[in-house]
Amino acid sequence: MTVVALERIGKAFRRYSSRWARLREWIDPRALDCHDKTWVLRDVSFSLEAGEAVGLVGMNGAGKSTLLKIITGITQPSEGSVQLAGRLAALLELGMGFHPDFTGRQNAFNAGQLIGIPLARLEALMPEIERFAEIGDYFDRPVRVYSSGMQMRLAFSVATAERPDVLVVDEALSVGDAYFQHKSFERIRQFKAAGTALILVSHDRFAIQSICDRAILLSDGTVARDGDPESVLDYYNATLSGVDKIEQQTDGERIRTTSGDGGARVIGVQISTGKGDDVDTIETGTSVVLALKVLVERDLDELVCGYAIRNRLGQDMYGVNTFLTGQPTGPVAKGAELLFEFSFAMNLGEGDYSVATAVARGKTHLEGNYEWRDLAKVFSVVNTRHHVFSGCVWMEPTVSIRRLP
Amino acid sequence: MFKQHASAVYASRDFIFANIRREFELKYRNSLLGALWTVLNPLAMIVIYTLIFSKIMQARLPGLEGAYAYSIYLCAGILFWGVFSEIVLRAQGVFLEQAHLLKKINFPRLCLPAIVVGSGLVNFSIISALFLAVLVLVGALPGIEILALIPVLAITVWFAIALGVVLGILNVFFRDVGHFFGVVLQFWFWLTPIVYPASILPERAQALLVFNPLAHCVQAAQAVIVQHAWPSWSGLLGVALASVFLSLLAVRLYLRHGADMQDEL
Repeated sequence: MTVVALERIGKAFRRYSSRWARLREWIDPRALDCHDKTWVLRDVSFSLEAGEAVGLVGMNGAGKSTLLKIITGITQPSEGSVQLAGRLAALLELGMGFHPDFTGRQNAFNAGQLIGIPLARLEALMPEIERFAEIGDYFDRPVRVYSSGMQMRLAFSVATAERPDVLVVDEALSVGDAYFQHKSFERIRQFKAAGTALILVSHDRFAIQSICDRAILLSDGTVARDGDPESVLDYYNATLSGVDKIEQQTDGERIRTTSGDGGARVIGVQISTGKGDDVDTIETGTSVVLALKVLVERDLDELVCGYAIRNRLGQDMYGVNTFLTGQPTGPVAKGAELLFEFSFAMNLGEGDYSVATAVARGKTHLEGNYEWRDLAKVFSVVNTRHHVFSGCVWMEPTVSIRRLP
Repeated sequence: MFKQHASAVYASRDFIFANIRREFELKYRNSLLGALWTVLNPLAMIVIYTLIFSKIMQARLPGLEGAYAYSIYLCAGILFWGVFSEIVLRAQGVFLEQAHLLKKINFPRLCLPAIVVGSGLVNFSIISALFLAVLVLVGALPGIEILALIPVLAITVWFAIALGVVLGILNVFFRDVGHFFGVVLQFWFWLTPIVYPASILPERAQALLVFNPLAHCVQAAQAVIVQHAWPSWSGLLGVALASVFLSLLAVRLYLRHGADMQDEL
């Protein structure tokens, strides 16, 4: 069932040439257009099924917040239409407009009524709201003495007191501590499993990849990419370095993103173990050497080489580069080839992984990106020698059991 | 379309009542004297005017006999002027004041003027209850005519909120409206026979009073409270018509520019 449908949404803010221009437009029926329109969103269409979670990414000013405000009905779109089925709950910015002089409980009542929960129902929900927020005695103290994290806890607890059909979450959650973030994501997951459609705005790649089935990249007010989180985030990541040249090739089911100005390129990626060179399947715990062969395409004053190992969802398991290890190359000449060998133990759990490689001038690919290559190599980790375990990381314990007297 | 808005407001009545109560609490939360302040402000005004006009300036106010007559006359006027100016001023600024809510949560915006009316009525009830008690004490309580105050109040409040919402919407787009109306209100107070009786004005000025809606409301209240007489309904009818006009204007403005309001906050 489609619960959210946006059709060709556009939003323009009016800019008047002078303060009097608006007055003239209001009073004089002939002067219809005394303003310029600044379009912050144009032609945005997408829809969401029940239980679907979409991550909204994009740079500051791409129109994410405006789009959320249109979906939640706070702002009217200038063109296009929004169709919603069912109740929508939103957590935008901080605090849900809490009043600083009222207690958490009073504000919870107020905010709950504002989002359309009847008073009687709210009274029944209040113990659960208090329990979930876990702010102790502060629940009955004025909100002005709250920390921003506490306000977020309260706001989240109220907004999600009842399972909505559509949940919209802005970056608000990032204010919370790790414990509460974990807890709130757990609740969001439960809602999603029960059929809530989720729209999540975050700059946190991990958050989006762990919960969303889909990601949408907004750029200059339009949908630049709409697809599986990994390829959209790879593409977004590539655009962040400010390079125009971004290629995405389809390789089987996965989309491989390459970006960079081409100052240097990785021309070979190999993982070798004692058993041989360039293996695709690696036993958990084996010592491996990841060899990256880099060809320098023009004279460079510095070259940093790095890699990241990612799981199936594209989440980083581990990543490092030669800047972080403190091994600068110094100037390198055009045509030179360098071999970077990274030796480590493959302490990963069973599953499919990929290697992303980067050659850059500085410590991140945002400072002079020569080349960034997602999915430069894929490999599998199998576990036949150790006992079965769950998770991505191999951290085998020694176990001792004692009977206590 | 407006019906839709109106039913949304009705659906939010719990929220409106809760907010009126909270607003009341908030006003007195950190004060020692609490609700007494609602009374002390108009009381100070009445004492000052009584002192200046009837004692120091020894103004002869025709048609007012008795030791308390002038004070009662003053109270009647200030009571109704007070509820009018409170509602219209609050409504005028309410959308700007609540910008933080309007920008974050989607809720029926017309709840805000409803809360303004509710709060105004609560304050009015407190002051008028006290005023009635005083009237009983000095033995000046009107008879059955006192019931006329209910429609007078209704019309005054209606006029106030209709005007207030019109100004409130305009104020979002043209902030001058708020400043300008503050000045207008000062003149309006003195152009209304509250402190002085209309009869001391020159005839031509008295004729112009017909165009002051508040003069009709205030004079109706004074007729009931001071003269114990039924008010002039024809004047009030005029105010009611003005309120209808302002209400239609408010609805038109809201439907036309309500959606743009959020972008200007």
